[in-house]
Parts: sequence; structure tokens; C-alpha cells
Amino acid sequence: MKSVIAEALVKTYDKGNVKALDNLNLDVEEGTVLGVLGPNGAGKTTTVRILSTLLRPDSGRATVAGIDVIKNPDKVREIIGLSGQYAAVDEILTGYDNLVMFGQLYHLGKKQSIARANELLERFSLTDAAKRPIKNYSGGMRRRLDLAASLIVKPKVLFLDEPTTGLDPRGRQEMWGVIQELVKGGVTLLLTTQYLEEADQLADEIAVIDTGKVIARGTSDALKKQVGGERLEVVVDQQHVAKTVEIVSAVSGHAATVDEGLRLIMAPVSTGSAALVEVLRSLDNAGIHALDIGLKRPSLDDVFLALTGHVAEEHKEEEPVLTGRGRKAKK
Amino acid sequence: MSAVTDTYIITRRQLQLLTRVPEVLIFSTIQPIMFVLLFRYVFGGSIQTGQPGGYVQLLMPGIFVQTVAFTLAGTASGLAEDMKKGLIDRFRSLPISQSALVVGRTLGDSLLNIVVLTAMGLTGLLVGWRPSSGIGHVLLGFLFLLGFGYALSWIGAFVGLSAKDFRVVQNVSFLVTFPLTFLSNAFAPTTGMPRVLQYFAEWNPVSTMVAACRELFGLENQFGATAGSFPSEHPLVTSLFYMVLIMAIFVPLSLRKYRKAAG
Ligand SMILES: Nc1ncnc2c1ncn2[C@@H]1O[C@H](COP(=O)(O)OP(=O)(O)OP(=O)(O)O)[C@@H](O)[C@H]1O
Ligand SMILES: [Mg+2]
Repeated sequence: MKSVIAEALVKTYDKGNVKALDNLNLDVEEGTVLGVLGPNGAGKTTTVRILSTLLRPDSGRATVAGIDVIKNPDKVREIIGLSGQYAAVDEILTGYDNLVMFGQLYHLGKKQSIARANELLERFSLTDAAKRPIKNYSGGMRRRLDLAASLIVKPKVLFLDEPTTGLDPRGRQEMWGVIQELVKGGVTLLLTTQYLEEADQLADEIAVIDTGKVIARGTSDALKKQVGGERLEVVVDQQHVAKTVEIVSAVSGHAATVDEGLRLIMAPVSTGSAALVEVLRSLDNAGIHALDIGLKRPSLDDVFLALTGHVAEEHKEEEPVLTGRGRKAKK
Repeated sequence: MSAVTDTYIITRRQLQLLTRVPEVLIFSTIQPIMFVLLFRYVFGGSIQTGQPGGYVQLLMPGIFVQTVAFTLAGTASGLAEDMKKGLIDRFRSLPISQSALVVGRTLGDSLLNIVVLTAMGLTGLLVGWRPSSGIGHVLLGFLFLLGFGYALSWIGAFVGLSAKDFRVVQNVSFLVTFPLTFLSNAFAPTTGMPRVLQYFAEWNPVSTMVAACRELFGLENQFGATAGSFPSEHPLVTSLFYMVLIMAIFVPLSLRKYRKAAG
């Protein structure tokens, strides 16, 4: 059964000049995780806000657990949890006070609100920070508390809008752990992200969106097949380029491509670190010293390049770069 | 029923905020007290009123009204802050009454006014303010002040929910509040103003409130303008009318704005 259905959602701003959503269709099977992957401005937040009753679409239809979000927003609010793109907790109050307040707003009663708050603080490793005001929390702690607040009454469907954007690698890992735990508990989850790696880790299925439309959809494996999976990249001295191309092509089974200017040789590989070791050994045998070598996982850019033939339009913001630490091949 | 509970929880949050950041409470109390002292001792000496008991008798109602008028800015910036932090999105996604957050905020701001007015009243008594009506009338005066502050709080709610930027909220609040409080009979007679301004000052709700309080505190409204104009003859009725009018307009407007917040 489908837990979330969005049909032909359209939302425009500025009197129709900005098309945030342009006939968007989505659905999420009950008990599964859908990762909505897209660059800045793709329409992720707009989608989440419509599904969580905060925004009315210009046209189209959406249901959550069979309930119409436009006709019956009150009923929908009773069964969803939402953690927006920016942690929405009261800065001045402590973590504990925030959770107790939200518990009471869910009409849990004082005793139960307190018990639930303590339980959630414990579960998200925030017990030590419970009595500190949120404004002294780190970004990761804030996000965790925000997530906790959306779980006070066990929601049937959970919406997480870019839950790890702005977190450092450790914070991101922690958040992933927390989300994976939740998913084991059987919640239906729709999560948005700008990172293919994140969707890969957390989602059963991925919908790629661009300029308000779903442009591809499938399991992470299917998507990666389309994009080309991991890539091995080596940089060597000029005189060794030819020989290295030979070695890399042999290991990869595909013809390696070369960026002459950067003396960068790359080829898709399917065996990951095994391929890396093999190439290193062969280079060593040939007496070639690699100046730089590594595996590169496909980034959002690669996905977009593969799907649309152009790189995701970037409104480069403060987002930290997760993948592609190394230099990129010239396109 | 649950709307009442929800509102109560939000109002309590408001008070919790005050205990977490006592500076807010301290400064919102110190400022009006400072005004009382400044006007009383700096201008008071040079303003001849012929009022038994001196300028301070006329001044106190003026400062009371000015202070509650600033509730507008308080509510506006509080709600704008909540909007900015995305907190309003969270509240709107909860299965709670869709008016609780705004109503709770306005009530919380009014509770703050009780504390501030009490502190001001006590300071006033220390520097010679002696309302000559009975205690019942004085309390009724304070009730009027709270009501007026509450009504203005709803204008503030509308401003706070409408503006996209925090600084805009502050500017708009001051643009609304300053002319209202100074183009009035609060600190000086309106009779010295150009005729056009006098009309404005006469009908200005701040003036009618000040006049109403002066009446309730047992004074003649010496700073009133043209004798015989309706608001100066019937300040209580006019003030009540203004409060009802403001709420009738801004309660529905603000609640509608809230439901569509940032939509
Ligand atoms: N209130 C608004 N007024 C005008 N335009 C808006 C508004 N909200 C969103 N938009 C526009 O709609 C489009 C989609 O925005 P949305 O916030 O859904 O993108 P997003 O995928 O969440 O991006 P990000 O990764 O930056 O969060 C963007 O072009 C954005 O500029
Ligand atoms: Mg977004």
C-alpha cells in the first residue's frame, strides 16, 4: 500500500514566474524510505511542505496514509512527523523544556510528556545536554533534538528535509545511525538530500528531482548503474601516462579516459578497493609512482550529468562538499 | 477545549522564556521606569500645569499608555523571530489549534505588561504620583491599559507575521508607535500644535487612552485639545471603541496570515 501519494503537484511563486513544482509525481510504499535527491532550488522543501500541510499547491492532489492533505490537514497532522530544513526548536528553552512543551501540545499530559522527553533525550544521546538552552547546542545536537521533537507521538509517516546538510562528517554519521534505527522501527520515511551517498545509505528508493519534476526514479543500484558507479582516478608523471592508461584499462575492463592537462587517468570500476589494490600493484611492478590515486563515488553532479546531460545548476551555497574531495576532471 | 489548553501551554512557554532570559524582563521594566524619572525630573520642572500635585499627575497616565503601546513592537518582533527560526512551521505541522501560537503570544505579552505596569506604578508613587480617585477606579484604569496593550499586540502580530525581515519588523513597529505616542496629549498639551496635527492628536487612540486614564485616576484632562470634541468629552467610550475596532480588524487578519504563513 502507498503511504504517501503526490499527483501532478504544481506550485508557482511570484505570480507564476517561478515554478517551484512543475507537475511533480511521487509515492512512497508503506514502511519504506524514499530519498528525494536534488540540487538547490529543485523543489525539495516545497514538496515536503505541501505533504506536511504547511503549503497549498496551486493544483494537484496529495494524500498521506490515504488522507487528503488539502481537504483534511488536521487529520494528516495527527499522523505525521516533520523535521524541516532548518532545525525548528526554541533556542532559548532547554532541550528538555522543548520536548516537554511539544509533548503537552500533543496532549500527552504532564507526566507522560516528561517521561517521553527523557526517553527521547536518552535515545538521541542528549541527556547530558538536556538542561542547557538549545542556543548552546552544536549543529548536530540541534538536528537530533529537532528530530526527537518530530517523534514525540510515534508518527506513521515522517518527513525529513535535508537532515544532514550543514553537519560535519561525524555529525552526519551519527544522524544516519539515528535514522537507520528509526527505519527499523517501521516508520514510512520521505527524506530529501543533496547527497547521492546519503540517499544510497538510507533510502530503499530514490527519486531525483530537478526544476520541480521527477527526472529519474528507482533503487539506488539501478540509479548507479545508470550513472556508472565508482570511478578509479590516477595521476602520474607525463612520461608514464601511456603505460598507466594500459594498466587502468586492463583492470577496469573499460577504456580509460585521460585528461592530458592534469595527467589524470580514469575509468569506471565495479570491484572498488580490490581494483584500487590491483592497479597499485601493477603500477609498482612497472616502476611507476602514482602522484595521486583514489576511488571516486558518483556525486550529485555525476548523476545529473548522466541523467540530463548537464551539471546540476548550482546556486552554490554554504553546503559543505561531501564527495569529490579531489580535483574534478575537466569536463 | 483543546484550543484553550494549547493556548495555555504557549502562554506558559512565553513566561518560561522570561525566566530563561531575565534581561528581557529587567530591561522592559527599567526603560519605562527611566522614562518616569526623566520626565518627572528633567522636563517636569519646567512645565507649568497648574495641576495640584504637579506635572507628575498628568505624566503618569501618559507614560503608562506609551509603555503599553510598545507591546506592539514586542509581539511583532517575537513572532518574526519564531518565523525566522522555522518554529512556526513546526507549530503549524502539529495537530493543535491553529490559533494557539498567536493567541498565546499576545496573552504572554500582556502578562509581561502587568509586571511592567506594577513596577512603574510603584515608581510613580515614590516620586509623587497620587491618584485621587478610589482604588477601584485606579484598577479599572490599569484594566484599560492592559486591554489597550492587548489590542495593539494584535497589530504587532500582523506586522510580525507579514514581514520577511527582522529589521523591517522593528522599523515598522517604531513607525507605527512613535507618531502615535508623540502626536498625542501624553506629555504636553495638544493646543500648541498646528491645527491639522491637533485633529490627529484629538482622535489618536493614545490620546483618548491617556485622557481615559486621567479621568479614572481622578484628574481633569487638562492636556485635552478643543473642548467639546467627542473624543475629549468621552474618552472612555472612544477608547473602548478603538480597542474593539482594532481587534475586530487585526485578530482575523493575523490568524489568516498565520495559517498561510510563508506560503
Ligand atoms: N516563498 C517563496 N517565494 C518565491 N520563490 C520561492 C519561495 N519558496 C521557494 N521558492 C522558489 O521555488 C524553487 C524551489 O524551492 P525549494 O525551497 O523547494 O528548493 P529546495 O530543493 O528545497 O532547495 P534547497 O536545496 O536550496 O533547500 C526555488 O527556485 C525557490 O527560489
Ligand atoms: Mg530546501
